[in-house]
Amino acid sequence: MQIRYRLALTGTAALGAVGTLAAPATAQTLNLSVAIPRLSVAEYHRPYVAIWIEKEGATPRSLSVWYDYDMKNGEGTKWLRDVRQWWRASGRALKLPADGVTGATKAPGDHKLSFTAGKGPLGALGPGNYTLFIEAAREVGGREVVRLPFAWPPKPGATVKAQGSTELGAVALTFGK
Amino acid sequence: MKATYLIAGALAALMLPATAQAHRQWMLPSSTTLSGDESWVTVDAAISNDVFYFEHFPMATDGIAVTEPDGSTGKIENAAKGRYRSTFDVHLTKPGTYRIANVSTGVMGSYMLNGKQERLPRGTTKDKLASVIPAGATDVQTAEMSNRNEIFVTLGAPTTTIFKPTGTGIEMVPVTHPNDLVSGEAATFQFLLDGKPAADLKVTVIPGGIRYRDALGQMDLTADKDGKVVVTWPEPGMYWVNASIGGGREGGPGGPGGPGGMGGPGAGALGAAPTPPARPAGPPQRRAAYVSTLEVLAP
Repeated sequence: MQIRYRLALTGTAALGAVGTLAAPATAQTLNLSVAIPRLSVAEYHRPYVAIWIEKEGATPRSLSVWYDYDMKNGEGTKWLRDVRQWWRASGRALKLPADGVTGATKAPGDHKLSFTAGKGPLGALGPGNYTLFIEAAREVGGREVVRLPFAWPPKPGATVKAQGSTELGAVALTFGK
Repeated sequence: MKATYLIAGALAALMLPATAQAHRQWMLPSSTTLSGDESWVTVDAAISNDVFYFEHFPMATDGIAVTEPDGSTGKIENAAKGRYRSTFDVHLTKPGTYRIANVSTGVMGSYMLNGKQERLPRGTTKDKLASVIPAGATDVQTAEMSNRNEIFVTLGAPTTTIFKPTGTGIEMVPVTHPNDLVSGEAATFQFLLDGKPAADLKVTVIPGGIRYRDALGQMDLTADKDGKVVVTWPEPGMYWVNASIGGGREGGPGGPGGPGGMGGPGAGALGAAPTPPARPAGPPQRRAAYVSTLEVLAP
């Protein structure tokens, strides 16, 4: 695992100025909460969800993808393209399953995630304006994308919130050290 | 130097993409953007008035060739011909962009023998030309025709290896990748005729689904001096793209495709004086036709 993390770190130069400046003494975290709504439908399947960040002029970076990664013959990957905005921005360039990115689909409810700057899929962040995207696509259901714009480095106590209307519920981004 | 419009007319009925009755040939893939390590697409292929409804004739599948992302030759599978449409499958096993194409070239024309005008047989190709014209023939008139009907599908990230032009007929060289189209965005394509930029080529773009709306929504575009056209997709869906020269057919010079009642953007773009359709007397014209189906996704 250590080797992989190191590889991930060296691969993060795409999102802007990295260098020594971007590694503060204390690691900063993005804390994300994502609500998957409970839907009253005849046939329910947990949604595929992709979470990624974009910065103008930089390569988008996938943080998490929840999908049926453990089906036989990789059949679950067939529907990844239906998370269509993510697929175009980042997914189609990824080798899946991706360490620290691939995850299982999640049941309805609130889900907490945390990403540490300089580590894992988030990697180092150069200063600038970013957007965190959460996109959900559900088999025999709909699709929705919710955006959370944020500035990096974040102001102390900053919170960004948004509300999905169909396939996603409340989403919120806070920052911690 | 006699014109051979009779022959041209007879042949036009057999050629792509559209006869005088505006029949359109098309291939419609089940999907153009695919994920996973391998996947299948199934394709409907037909000739019809309205895209993409099968209502007239199935398209022959024996001439369809598959080019895999690395340039190697693939194959179609499970081909079947129904009353109104053909279907076939392509198994995508390599990451990247595939071409599925029906490309044909041929020579049409006529000659005089013993005081009678004879036509070159159907299916005559350039290399067989000498063998089909009997000794003693005079007034030999020939013209080459090149037809290309192609679609693209991509497994994983789009690639561009397959877009090397062959230099024959009308070809499309993407500036915007044909499997990376999103409504509201502009896409640029370059058209070549026999390997050179097809300046002033008329390109017609028609969205599928006319059965459920009133306006055809046809876009009439004219290539610039580099053969480039820019299309801004008004909505997601499948679009039929057509360009042709020399046949007086839809989208071609002298064809009926230009000034539609809705005043398409390409109509009369070249200036004030309407140019009369040029039908020069003389040898049969070089003919070339291009058809593609492009999928435009929602943002």
